[in-house]
Amino acid sequence: MARRWTNDLTPADATPEAVFWNRRRIMAGLAGSGLAAALGTQARAEAALPEEELAPNTWEEVTGYCNFYEFGTGKGDPSEYAERMTTEPWSVAIDGLVDNPGDYSFEQILSEMTLEERIYRFRCVEAWSMVVPWQGFELADLLTLAGVQEGAKYVAFETLYRPSEMPGTIYKVLDWPYREGLRLDEAMHPLTIMATGIFGKPLPNQNGAPLRLVVPWKYGFKSIKSVVRITLTDEEPPTSWNMANPREYGFYSNVNPEVSHPRWSQASERRIGGGLFARRQPTLMFNGYEAEVAALYEGMDLSEYF
Amino acid sequence: MGFANQLVRCLPVWPVYLLGALPGPWLFYLGLTGGLGVEPIKALEHEYGELALQLLILTLAISPLRRLLGLNLLKFRRAIGLLCFFYVLCHLLVWLVLDVQILGQILTDIAKRPYITIGMGAFVLMLPLALTSNNLSVRKLGRTWSRLHRLTYAAAVLGAVHFVMLAKGFQIEPLIYLGLVLFLLALRVPYSRWLRLPSGTPVSGRS
Repeated sequence: MARRWTNDLTPADATPEAVFWNRRRIMAGLAGSGLAAALGTQARAEAALPEEELAPNTWEEVTGYCNFYEFGTGKGDPSEYAERMTTEPWSVAIDGLVDNPGDYSFEQILSEMTLEERIYRFRCVEAWSMVVPWQGFELADLLTLAGVQEGAKYVAFETLYRPSEMPGTIYKVLDWPYREGLRLDEAMHPLTIMATGIFGKPLPNQNGAPLRLVVPWKYGFKSIKSVVRITLTDEEPPTSWNMANPREYGFYSNVNPEVSHPRWSQASERRIGGGLFARRQPTLMFNGYEAEVAALYEGMDLSEYF
Repeated sequence: MGFANQLVRCLPVWPVYLLGALPGPWLFYLGLTGGLGVEPIKALEHEYGELALQLLILTLAISPLRRLLGLNLLKFRRAIGLLCFFYVLCHLLVWLVLDVQILGQILTDIAKRPYITIGMGAFVLMLPLALTSNNLSVRKLGRTWSRLHRLTYAAAVLGAVHFVMLAKGFQIEPLIYLGLVLFLLALRVPYSRWLRLPSGTPVSGRS
Protein backbone atom coordinates (compact mmCIF):
# COMPACT_ATOMS: atom_id res chain seq x y z
CA MET A 1 0.00 0.00 0.00
CA ALA A 2 1.30 3.39 -0.93
CA ARG A 3 2.06 5.93 1.71
CA ARG A 4 -0.61 8.43 2.71
CA TRP A 5 -0.17 11.84 1.20
CA THR A 6 -0.57 14.47 3.86
CA ASN A 7 -1.51 17.89 2.73
CA ASP A 8 -0.51 20.41 5.39
CA LEU A 9 -1.87 23.40 3.52
CA THR A 10 -5.27 24.93 4.25
CA PRO A 11 -7.39 27.16 2.02
CA ALA A 12 -5.83 30.09 3.89
CA ASP A 13 -2.49 29.20 2.31
CA ALA A 14 -3.89 29.21 -1.21
CA THR A 15 -2.66 31.91 -3.52
CA PRO A 16 -5.41 34.23 -4.76
CA GLU A 17 -6.34 33.29 -8.33
CA ALA A 18 -5.02 36.45 -9.98
CA VAL A 19 -1.67 36.19 -8.21
CA PHE A 20 -1.51 32.49 -9.03
CA TRP A 21 -1.87 33.11 -12.75
CA ASN A 22 0.43 36.08 -12.68
CA ARG A 23 3.16 34.16 -10.97
CA ARG A 24 2.78 31.32 -13.41
CA ARG A 25 3.22 33.70 -16.28
CA ILE A 26 6.31 35.22 -14.70
CA MET A 27 7.74 31.83 -13.85
CA ALA A 28 7.17 30.56 -17.36
CA GLY A 29 9.00 33.59 -18.65
CA LEU A 30 11.92 33.00 -16.34
CA ALA A 31 12.22 29.31 -17.05
CA GLY A 32 15.69 28.29 -18.07
CA SER A 33 17.17 31.65 -17.21
CA GLY A 34 18.22 30.52 -13.76
CA LEU A 35 16.40 33.46 -12.27
CA ALA A 36 13.56 31.23 -11.14
CA ALA A 37 15.77 29.90 -8.36
CA ALA A 38 16.11 33.41 -6.98
CA LEU A 39 12.40 33.38 -6.25
CA GLY A 40 13.16 30.93 -3.48
CA THR A 41 10.30 29.15 -1.81
CA GLN A 42 7.86 29.60 -4.63
CA ALA A 43 10.20 27.95 -7.03
CA ARG A 44 11.14 25.15 -4.68
CA ALA A 45 7.66 23.73 -4.42
CA GLU A 46 7.59 23.25 -8.15
CA ALA A 47 11.20 22.32 -8.67
CA ALA A 48 10.36 18.72 -9.49
CA LEU A 49 9.14 19.68 -12.95
CA PRO A 50 10.50 22.16 -15.46
CA GLU A 51 8.43 25.26 -15.01
CA GLU A 52 7.24 25.66 -18.58
CA GLU A 53 5.73 22.19 -18.47
CA LEU A 54 3.82 22.97 -15.33
CA ALA A 55 2.15 26.06 -16.64
CA PRO A 56 -1.44 24.91 -17.13
CA ASN A 57 -3.14 24.98 -20.48
CA THR A 58 -5.86 27.53 -20.96
CA TRP A 59 -9.50 27.06 -20.02
CA GLU A 60 -10.37 27.07 -23.71
CA GLU A 61 -7.89 24.29 -24.46
CA VAL A 62 -8.85 22.09 -21.53
CA THR A 63 -12.59 22.42 -22.06
CA GLY A 64 -12.64 22.64 -25.84
CA TYR A 65 -10.44 19.72 -26.86
CA CYS A 66 -11.87 16.59 -25.30
CA ASN A 67 -12.55 12.95 -25.91
CA PHE A 68 -15.92 11.94 -24.49
CA TYR A 69 -17.31 9.57 -27.10
CA GLU A 70 -20.74 9.47 -25.47
CA PHE A 71 -21.16 12.91 -27.04
CA GLY A 72 -19.43 12.19 -30.35
CA THR A 73 -16.00 11.25 -31.61
CA GLY A 74 -14.90 14.73 -32.72
CA LYS A 75 -12.74 16.70 -30.32
CA GLY A 76 -15.26 19.54 -30.29
CA ASP A 77 -18.35 17.34 -29.91
CA PRO A 78 -18.21 17.06 -26.12
CA SER A 79 -18.08 20.82 -25.58
CA GLU A 80 -20.92 21.20 -28.04
CA TYR A 81 -23.29 18.51 -26.78
CA ALA A 82 -22.36 17.66 -23.19
CA GLU A 83 -24.49 20.49 -21.86
CA ARG A 84 -27.49 18.18 -22.27
CA MET A 85 -26.23 15.88 -19.55
CA THR A 86 -28.09 16.33 -16.27
CA THR A 87 -25.62 16.25 -13.40
CA GLU A 88 -27.97 17.16 -10.59
CA PRO A 89 -28.92 15.13 -8.70
CA TRP A 90 -25.92 12.79 -8.98
CA SER A 91 -25.01 9.78 -7.00
CA VAL A 92 -22.32 7.17 -7.17
CA ALA A 93 -23.10 3.56 -6.39
CA ILE A 94 -20.26 2.03 -4.45
CA ASP A 95 -20.58 -1.73 -4.24
CA GLY A 96 -18.79 -5.03 -4.32
CA LEU A 97 -16.26 -5.87 -1.64
CA VAL A 98 -16.93 -2.89 0.62
CA ASP A 99 -18.24 -2.58 4.16
CA ASN A 100 -20.63 0.25 3.40
CA PRO A 101 -22.16 -0.33 -0.03
CA GLY A 102 -24.82 2.04 -1.28
CA ASP A 103 -25.63 5.10 -3.30
CA TYR A 104 -23.51 8.03 -2.25
CA SER A 105 -24.91 11.38 -3.29
CA PHE A 106 -22.46 13.86 -4.77
CA GLU A 107 -23.17 16.32 -1.93
CA GLN A 108 -22.59 13.64 0.67
CA ILE A 109 -19.25 12.74 -0.90
CA LEU A 110 -18.18 16.38 -1.08
CA SER A 111 -19.07 16.95 2.55
CA GLU A 112 -16.81 14.11 3.64
CA MET A 113 -13.79 14.89 1.45
CA THR A 114 -11.09 17.54 1.56
CA LEU A 115 -10.64 19.23 -1.79
CA GLU A 116 -7.20 20.28 -2.94
CA GLU A 117 -5.57 21.50 -6.12
CA ARG A 118 -3.40 19.15 -8.16
CA ILE A 119 -1.64 20.38 -11.26
CA TYR A 120 -0.99 17.29 -13.36
CA ARG A 121 0.27 16.49 -16.78
CA PHE A 122 -2.40 14.82 -18.87
CA ARG A 123 -1.27 12.56 -21.70
CA CYS A 124 -3.64 11.13 -24.29
CA VAL A 125 -2.87 7.86 -26.06
CA GLU A 126 -3.27 9.86 -29.30
CA ALA A 127 0.07 11.46 -28.40
CA TRP A 128 -1.12 14.89 -27.33
CA SER A 129 -0.82 16.33 -23.86
CA MET A 130 -1.98 19.13 -21.61
CA VAL A 131 -1.34 20.38 -18.11
CA VAL A 132 -4.53 20.65 -16.08
CA PRO A 133 -5.10 22.30 -12.70
CA TRP A 134 -7.59 19.91 -11.08
CA GLN A 135 -9.47 20.21 -7.86
CA GLY A 136 -10.44 17.01 -6.19
CA PHE A 137 -9.76 14.55 -3.43
CA GLU A 138 -7.79 11.36 -3.19
CA LEU A 139 -9.69 8.31 -4.33
CA ALA A 140 -8.16 6.51 -1.34
CA ASP A 141 -10.24 8.69 0.98
CA LEU A 142 -13.47 7.74 -0.75
CA LEU A 143 -12.56 4.06 -0.76
CA THR A 144 -11.69 4.24 2.92
CA LEU A 145 -15.06 5.83 3.56
CA ALA A 146 -16.73 2.89 1.81
CA GLY A 147 -14.56 0.44 3.73
CA VAL A 148 -12.49 -1.75 1.42
CA GLN A 149 -12.77 -5.41 2.39
CA GLU A 150 -9.92 -7.83 2.74
CA GLY A 151 -10.29 -9.73 -0.54
CA ALA A 152 -10.60 -6.69 -2.83
CA LYS A 153 -7.84 -6.43 -5.44
CA TYR A 154 -9.30 -4.19 -8.14
CA VAL A 155 -11.56 -1.18 -8.51
CA ALA A 156 -13.98 -0.98 -11.43
CA PHE A 157 -15.59 2.25 -12.62
CA GLU A 158 -18.55 3.03 -14.85
CA THR A 159 -19.56 6.20 -16.70
CA LEU A 160 -23.14 7.40 -16.90
CA TYR A 161 -25.00 5.84 -19.85
CA ARG A 162 -28.08 7.88 -20.71
CA PRO A 163 -28.79 7.76 -24.45
CA SER A 164 -31.44 10.49 -24.27
CA GLU A 165 -28.76 12.97 -23.22
CA MET A 166 -25.77 11.44 -24.99
CA PRO A 167 -26.10 11.67 -28.78
CA GLY A 168 -22.85 9.79 -29.40
CA THR A 169 -24.23 6.60 -27.90
CA ILE A 170 -26.55 5.93 -30.88
CA TYR A 171 -23.43 4.44 -32.45
CA LYS A 172 -21.75 1.45 -30.94
CA VAL A 173 -18.38 3.18 -31.03
CA LEU A 174 -17.71 1.34 -27.79
CA ASP A 175 -19.69 -1.13 -25.73
CA TRP A 176 -21.55 1.33 -23.50
CA PRO A 177 -21.47 2.11 -20.65
CA TYR A 178 -17.85 3.15 -20.64
CA ARG A 179 -15.87 1.09 -18.15
CA GLU A 180 -12.47 1.46 -16.59
CA GLY A 181 -10.51 -0.16 -13.83
CA LEU A 182 -7.46 0.04 -11.62
CA ARG A 183 -5.58 -2.35 -9.43
CA LEU A 184 -6.33 -1.54 -5.78
CA ASP A 185 -2.82 -0.26 -5.06
CA GLU A 186 -3.03 2.06 -8.07
CA ALA A 187 -6.41 3.29 -6.88
CA MET A 188 -5.10 3.90 -3.37
CA HIS A 189 -2.02 5.74 -4.63
CA PRO A 190 -1.87 9.33 -3.38
CA LEU A 191 -1.55 10.67 -6.94
CA THR A 192 -4.90 9.11 -7.91
CA ILE A 193 -7.68 11.59 -7.40
CA MET A 194 -11.36 12.01 -8.04
CA ALA A 195 -11.65 15.44 -9.63
CA THR A 196 -14.60 17.73 -9.10
CA GLY A 197 -13.26 20.88 -10.68
CA ILE A 198 -10.70 22.60 -12.89
CA PHE A 199 -9.30 26.11 -12.59
CA GLY A 200 -11.13 26.49 -9.29
CA LYS A 201 -14.51 26.00 -10.96
CA PRO A 202 -16.82 22.97 -11.02
CA LEU A 203 -15.98 20.50 -13.79
CA PRO A 204 -17.68 21.37 -17.08
CA ASN A 205 -19.76 18.46 -18.38
CA GLN A 206 -17.36 17.76 -21.24
CA ASN A 207 -14.57 17.25 -18.72
CA GLY A 208 -16.56 14.62 -16.83
CA ALA A 209 -18.87 16.46 -14.47
CA PRO A 210 -19.55 16.19 -11.69
CA LEU A 211 -16.97 13.64 -10.65
CA ARG A 212 -14.22 11.92 -12.58
CA LEU A 213 -11.13 9.87 -12.00
CA VAL A 214 -7.66 11.31 -12.71
CA VAL A 215 -4.69 8.93 -12.89
CA PRO A 216 -1.87 11.16 -14.14
CA TRP A 217 0.67 8.46 -15.01
CA LYS A 218 -1.72 6.59 -17.32
CA TYR A 219 -3.13 7.46 -20.74
CA GLY A 220 -6.10 9.78 -20.51
CA PHE A 221 -8.76 7.20 -21.32
CA LYS A 222 -8.07 5.51 -17.98
CA SER A 223 -9.25 8.68 -16.24
CA ILE A 224 -12.93 7.80 -16.61
CA LYS A 225 -15.46 10.62 -16.65
CA SER A 226 -18.85 11.24 -15.02
CA VAL A 227 -18.54 8.25 -12.73
CA VAL A 228 -21.77 6.59 -11.53
CA ARG A 229 -20.46 3.31 -10.15
CA ILE A 230 -17.39 2.14 -8.29
CA THR A 231 -17.10 -1.58 -7.64
CA LEU A 232 -14.46 -3.31 -5.56
CA THR A 233 -13.68 -6.77 -6.91
CA ASP A 234 -11.19 -9.57 -6.58
CA GLU A 235 -10.83 -9.96 -10.35
CA GLU A 236 -9.41 -7.68 -13.01
CA PRO A 237 -12.49 -5.88 -14.35
CA PRO A 238 -13.21 -5.57 -18.08
CA THR A 239 -12.39 -2.10 -19.44
CA SER A 240 -13.95 -0.50 -22.52
CA TRP A 241 -10.92 0.14 -24.70
CA ASN A 242 -9.39 -3.19 -23.80
CA MET A 243 -12.66 -4.89 -24.76
CA ALA A 244 -12.82 -2.99 -28.04
CA ASN A 245 -9.23 -3.65 -29.09
CA PRO A 246 -7.07 -5.63 -26.66
CA ARG A 247 -4.08 -5.54 -29.01
CA GLU A 248 -3.89 -1.76 -28.76
CA TYR A 249 -5.21 -0.95 -25.31
CA GLY A 250 -3.99 -2.90 -22.32
CA PHE A 251 -5.51 -2.93 -18.86
CA TYR A 252 -2.64 -0.93 -17.39
CA SER A 253 -2.09 1.66 -20.13
CA ASN A 254 0.73 3.37 -18.29
CA VAL A 255 2.34 6.18 -20.25
CA ASN A 256 5.46 4.52 -21.58
CA PRO A 257 7.58 5.97 -24.38
CA GLU A 258 9.18 2.57 -24.97
CA VAL A 259 6.02 0.59 -25.54
CA SER A 260 4.87 1.36 -29.05
CA HIS A 261 1.21 1.59 -29.90
CA PRO A 262 0.04 0.18 -33.22
CA ARG A 263 -1.31 3.58 -34.22
CA TRP A 264 0.63 6.27 -32.45
CA SER A 265 4.28 6.27 -31.57
CA GLN A 266 4.39 7.00 -27.88
CA ALA A 267 7.99 8.23 -27.89
CA SER A 268 6.99 11.84 -28.25
CA GLU A 269 3.96 14.02 -27.83
CA ARG A 270 2.63 17.44 -28.69
CA ARG A 271 1.43 19.83 -26.06
CA ILE A 272 -1.95 21.27 -27.00
CA GLY A 273 -1.93 25.01 -27.56
CA GLY A 274 1.36 25.45 -29.39
CA GLY A 275 -0.27 26.39 -32.67
CA LEU A 276 0.57 25.20 -36.15
CA PHE A 277 4.32 25.03 -35.62
CA ALA A 278 4.44 23.41 -32.20
CA ARG A 279 7.44 21.15 -31.64
CA ARG A 280 7.00 17.66 -30.31
CA GLN A 281 8.51 16.89 -26.97
CA PRO A 282 9.79 13.57 -25.68
CA THR A 283 7.32 11.58 -23.61
CA LEU A 284 8.40 10.85 -20.07
CA MET A 285 8.17 7.43 -18.46
CA PHE A 286 4.94 7.21 -16.44
CA ASN A 287 4.20 10.69 -17.79
CA GLY A 288 6.88 12.17 -15.53
CA TYR A 289 5.63 10.49 -12.34
CA GLU A 290 8.18 7.69 -12.40
CA ALA A 291 9.64 8.49 -8.98
CA GLU A 292 6.18 8.27 -7.45
CA VAL A 293 4.73 5.20 -9.16
CA ALA A 294 7.48 2.98 -10.58
CA ALA A 295 7.47 0.89 -7.40
CA LEU A 296 3.91 -0.23 -8.17
CA TYR A 297 5.18 -2.17 -11.16
CA GLU A 298 8.38 -3.65 -9.80
CA GLY A 299 9.12 -6.99 -11.36
CA MET A 300 6.45 -6.58 -14.06
CA ASP A 301 7.31 -6.68 -17.73
CA LEU A 302 5.59 -3.50 -18.87
CA SER A 303 5.68 -4.50 -22.52
CA GLU A 304 3.60 -7.53 -21.60
CA TYR A 305 1.40 -5.77 -19.05
CA PHE A 306 1.02 -2.64 -21.16
CA MET B 1 -29.81 15.86 -68.96
CA GLY B 2 -29.42 17.57 -72.29
CA PHE B 3 -29.55 21.01 -70.76
CA ALA B 4 -27.07 20.13 -68.01
CA ASN B 5 -24.68 18.69 -70.54
CA GLN B 6 -24.99 21.80 -72.68
CA LEU B 7 -24.22 23.93 -69.65
CA VAL B 8 -21.18 21.79 -68.83
CA ARG B 9 -19.98 22.19 -72.40
CA CYS B 10 -20.05 25.99 -72.04
CA LEU B 11 -18.18 26.04 -68.73
CA PRO B 12 -14.41 26.39 -68.86
CA VAL B 13 -12.25 24.08 -66.76
CA TRP B 14 -9.88 26.60 -65.22
CA PRO B 15 -12.34 27.86 -62.56
CA VAL B 16 -12.54 24.28 -61.27
CA TYR B 17 -8.80 24.31 -60.67
CA LEU B 18 -8.96 27.74 -59.06
CA LEU B 19 -11.97 27.20 -56.81
CA GLY B 20 -10.92 23.64 -56.02
CA ALA B 21 -7.47 24.68 -54.86
CA LEU B 22 -8.64 27.60 -52.73
CA PRO B 23 -9.54 25.57 -49.62
CA GLY B 24 -5.87 24.57 -49.40
CA PRO B 25 -4.38 27.94 -48.45
CA TRP B 26 -7.63 28.97 -46.75
CA LEU B 27 -7.51 26.05 -44.32
CA PHE B 28 -3.84 26.74 -43.68
CA TYR B 29 -4.70 30.35 -42.87
CA LEU B 30 -7.45 29.20 -40.51
CA GLY B 31 -4.96 26.90 -38.82
CA LEU B 32 -2.54 29.78 -38.36
CA THR B 33 -5.13 32.11 -36.90
CA GLY B 34 -6.92 29.76 -34.54
CA GLY B 35 -9.87 28.98 -36.81
CA LEU B 36 -9.22 25.25 -36.61
CA GLY B 37 -9.28 25.02 -32.83
CA VAL B 38 -6.55 24.50 -30.28
CA GLU B 39 -4.83 21.62 -32.10
CA PRO B 40 -4.58 22.99 -35.66
CA ILE B 41 -2.02 20.46 -36.88
CA LYS B 42 -4.32 17.47 -36.50
CA ALA B 43 -7.30 19.46 -37.71
CA LEU B 44 -5.48 20.56 -40.87
CA GLU B 45 -4.20 17.05 -41.52
CA HIS B 46 -7.73 15.72 -41.18
CA GLU B 47 -9.32 18.44 -43.35
CA TYR B 48 -6.88 17.89 -46.22
CA GLY B 49 -7.23 14.13 -45.99
CA GLU B 50 -10.99 14.29 -46.02
CA LEU B 51 -11.04 16.69 -48.98
CA ALA B 52 -8.75 14.36 -50.90
CA LEU B 53 -11.05 11.43 -50.23
CA GLN B 54 -14.13 13.41 -51.27
CA LEU B 55 -12.48 14.43 -54.55
CA LEU B 56 -11.36 10.87 -55.16
CA ILE B 57 -14.94 9.71 -54.77
CA LEU B 58 -16.04 12.43 -57.16
CA THR B 59 -13.61 11.24 -59.85
CA LEU B 60 -14.92 7.72 -59.42
CA ALA B 61 -18.49 8.98 -59.75
CA ILE B 62 -17.97 10.69 -63.10
CA SER B 63 -18.12 7.71 -65.37
CA PRO B 64 -21.11 6.02 -63.66
CA LEU B 65 -22.92 9.38 -63.76
CA ARG B 66 -22.43 9.49 -67.48
CA ARG B 67 -23.32 5.90 -68.08
CA LEU B 68 -26.31 5.64 -65.78
CA LEU B 69 -27.71 9.18 -65.79
CA GLY B 70 -26.29 10.54 -68.97
CA LEU B 71 -24.61 13.43 -67.20
CA ASN B 72 -21.28 14.08 -68.84
CA LEU B 73 -18.73 15.68 -66.52
CA LEU B 74 -15.80 14.00 -68.19
CA LYS B 75 -14.13 17.28 -69.06
CA PHE B 76 -13.68 18.04 -65.35
CA ARG B 77 -12.30 14.66 -64.36
CA ARG B 78 -8.63 15.49 -64.82
CA ALA B 79 -9.01 18.70 -62.82
CA ILE B 80 -10.78 16.88 -59.98
CA GLY B 81 -8.20 14.11 -60.02
CA LEU B 82 -5.30 16.56 -59.89
CA LEU B 83 -6.98 18.53 -57.10
CA CYS B 84 -7.37 15.28 -55.21
CA PHE B 85 -3.64 14.67 -55.58
CA PHE B 86 -2.96 18.24 -54.44
CA TYR B 87 -4.83 17.59 -51.18
CA VAL B 88 -3.19 14.21 -50.70
CA LEU B 89 0.14 16.02 -51.02
CA CYS B 90 -0.95 18.70 -48.53
CA HIS B 91 -2.15 15.99 -46.15
CA LEU B 92 1.15 14.16 -46.43
CA LEU B 93 3.20 17.34 -45.99
CA VAL B 94 1.30 18.36 -42.86
CA TRP B 95 1.92 14.92 -41.46
CA LEU B 96 5.64 14.95 -42.36
CA VAL B 97 6.56 18.52 -41.54
CA LEU B 98 4.13 19.71 -38.89
CA ASP B 99 2.92 16.54 -37.21
CA VAL B 100 5.63 13.89 -36.87
CA GLN B 101 8.62 16.14 -37.63
CA ILE B 102 11.22 13.53 -36.71
CA LEU B 103 12.65 11.62 -39.68
CA GLY B 104 13.40 8.44 -37.72
CA GLN B 105 9.87 8.37 -36.41
CA ILE B 106 8.43 9.01 -39.87
CA LEU B 107 10.19 5.96 -41.26
CA THR B 108 9.20 3.84 -38.28
CA ASP B 109 5.61 4.96 -38.64
CA ILE B 110 5.50 4.07 -42.32
CA ALA B 111 6.99 0.65 -41.69
CA LYS B 112 5.23 -0.25 -38.47
CA ARG B 113 1.81 1.34 -38.44
CA PRO B 114 -0.44 -0.41 -40.94
CA TYR B 115 -2.78 2.53 -41.52
CA ILE B 116 0.18 4.73 -42.39
CA THR B 117 1.72 2.05 -44.61
CA ILE B 118 -1.59 1.84 -46.44
CA GLY B 119 -1.90 5.62 -46.70
CA MET B 120 1.60 5.83 -48.14
CA GLY B 121 0.68 3.04 -50.55
CA ALA B 122 -2.22 5.09 -51.82
CA PHE B 123 0.05 8.10 -52.28
CA VAL B 124 2.63 6.09 -54.21
CA LEU B 125 -0.08 4.71 -56.50
CA MET B 126 -1.33 8.22 -57.19
CA LEU B 127 2.08 9.59 -58.15
CA PRO B 128 2.20 8.14 -61.69
CA LEU B 129 -1.44 9.13 -62.16
CA ALA B 130 -0.73 12.76 -61.35
CA LEU B 131 2.41 12.77 -63.49
CA THR B 132 0.59 11.42 -66.53
CA SER B 133 -2.45 13.67 -66.21
CA ASN B 134 -1.54 15.76 -69.25
CA ASN B 135 -2.34 15.59 -72.93
CA LEU B 136 1.16 14.61 -73.95
CA SER B 137 1.11 11.53 -71.70
CA VAL B 138 -2.35 10.56 -72.91
CA ARG B 139 -1.11 10.69 -76.51
CA LYS B 140 2.17 8.94 -75.85
CA LEU B 141 0.79 6.15 -73.67
CA GLY B 142 -2.24 5.38 -75.76
CA ARG B 143 -4.12 2.38 -74.38
CA THR B 144 -1.57 1.96 -71.61
CA TRP B 145 -2.78 5.27 -70.23
CA SER B 146 -6.28 4.06 -69.47
CA ARG B 147 -4.95 0.84 -68.04
CA LEU B 148 -2.49 2.78 -65.86
CA HIS B 149 -5.24 5.03 -64.62
CA ARG B 150 -7.19 2.10 -63.25
CA LEU B 151 -4.72 2.43 -60.37
CA THR B 152 -7.22 5.01 -59.16
CA TYR B 153 -9.43 2.13 -58.03
CA ALA B 154 -6.72 0.69 -55.83
CA ALA B 155 -5.74 4.12 -54.52
CA ALA B 156 -9.34 4.86 -53.60
CA VAL B 157 -9.76 1.61 -51.71
CA LEU B 158 -6.47 2.13 -49.88
CA GLY B 159 -7.36 5.73 -49.06
CA ALA B 160 -10.72 4.77 -47.61
CA VAL B 161 -9.26 1.83 -45.68
CA HIS B 162 -6.59 4.20 -44.32
CA PHE B 163 -9.39 6.37 -42.90
CA VAL B 164 -11.29 3.41 -41.45
CA MET B 165 -8.15 2.12 -39.74
CA LEU B 166 -7.16 5.36 -38.12
CA ALA B 167 -10.54 5.85 -36.46
CA LYS B 168 -10.63 4.83 -32.84
CA GLY B 169 -13.47 2.49 -31.97
CA PHE B 170 -16.32 1.68 -34.34
CA GLN B 171 -17.00 4.94 -36.20
CA ILE B 172 -19.57 5.51 -38.92
CA GLU B 173 -18.07 8.32 -41.02
CA PRO B 174 -15.06 6.46 -42.43
CA LEU B 175 -17.25 3.45 -43.16
CA ILE B 176 -19.55 5.65 -45.24
CA TYR B 177 -16.56 6.71 -47.35
CA LEU B 178 -15.43 3.13 -47.78
CA GLY B 179 -18.98 2.12 -48.68
CA LEU B 180 -19.19 4.84 -51.33
CA VAL B 181 -15.87 3.82 -52.86
CA LEU B 182 -16.87 0.17 -52.98
CA PHE B 183 -20.27 1.06 -54.43
CA LEU B 184 -18.72 3.18 -57.19
CA LEU B 185 -16.27 0.42 -58.00
CA ALA B 186 -19.02 -2.19 -58.02
CA LEU B 187 -20.81 -0.16 -60.69
CA ARG B 188 -17.83 -0.81 -62.93
CA VAL B 189 -18.25 -4.54 -62.87
CA PRO B 190 -19.72 -5.33 -66.28
CA TYR B 191 -23.50 -5.24 -65.97
CA SER B 192 -24.21 -8.71 -67.22
CA ARG B 193 -22.38 -10.24 -64.31
CA TRP B 194 -24.71 -8.98 -61.65
CA LEU B 195 -27.61 -7.15 -63.22
CA ARG B 196 -29.87 -8.76 -65.75
CA LEU B 197 -30.19 -6.01 -68.30
CA PRO B 198 -31.56 -6.30 -71.81
CA SER B 199 -28.90 -7.71 -74.02
CA GLY B 200 -27.35 -5.18 -76.27
CA THR B 201 -26.98 -2.59 -73.51
CA PRO B 202 -23.64 -1.03 -74.31
CA VAL B 203 -21.00 -1.72 -71.72
CA SER B 204 -18.75 1.26 -71.50
CA GLY B 205 -15.21 0.39 -72.40
CA ARG B 206 -13.89 3.47 -70.71
CA SER B 207 -14.32 4.05 -67.07
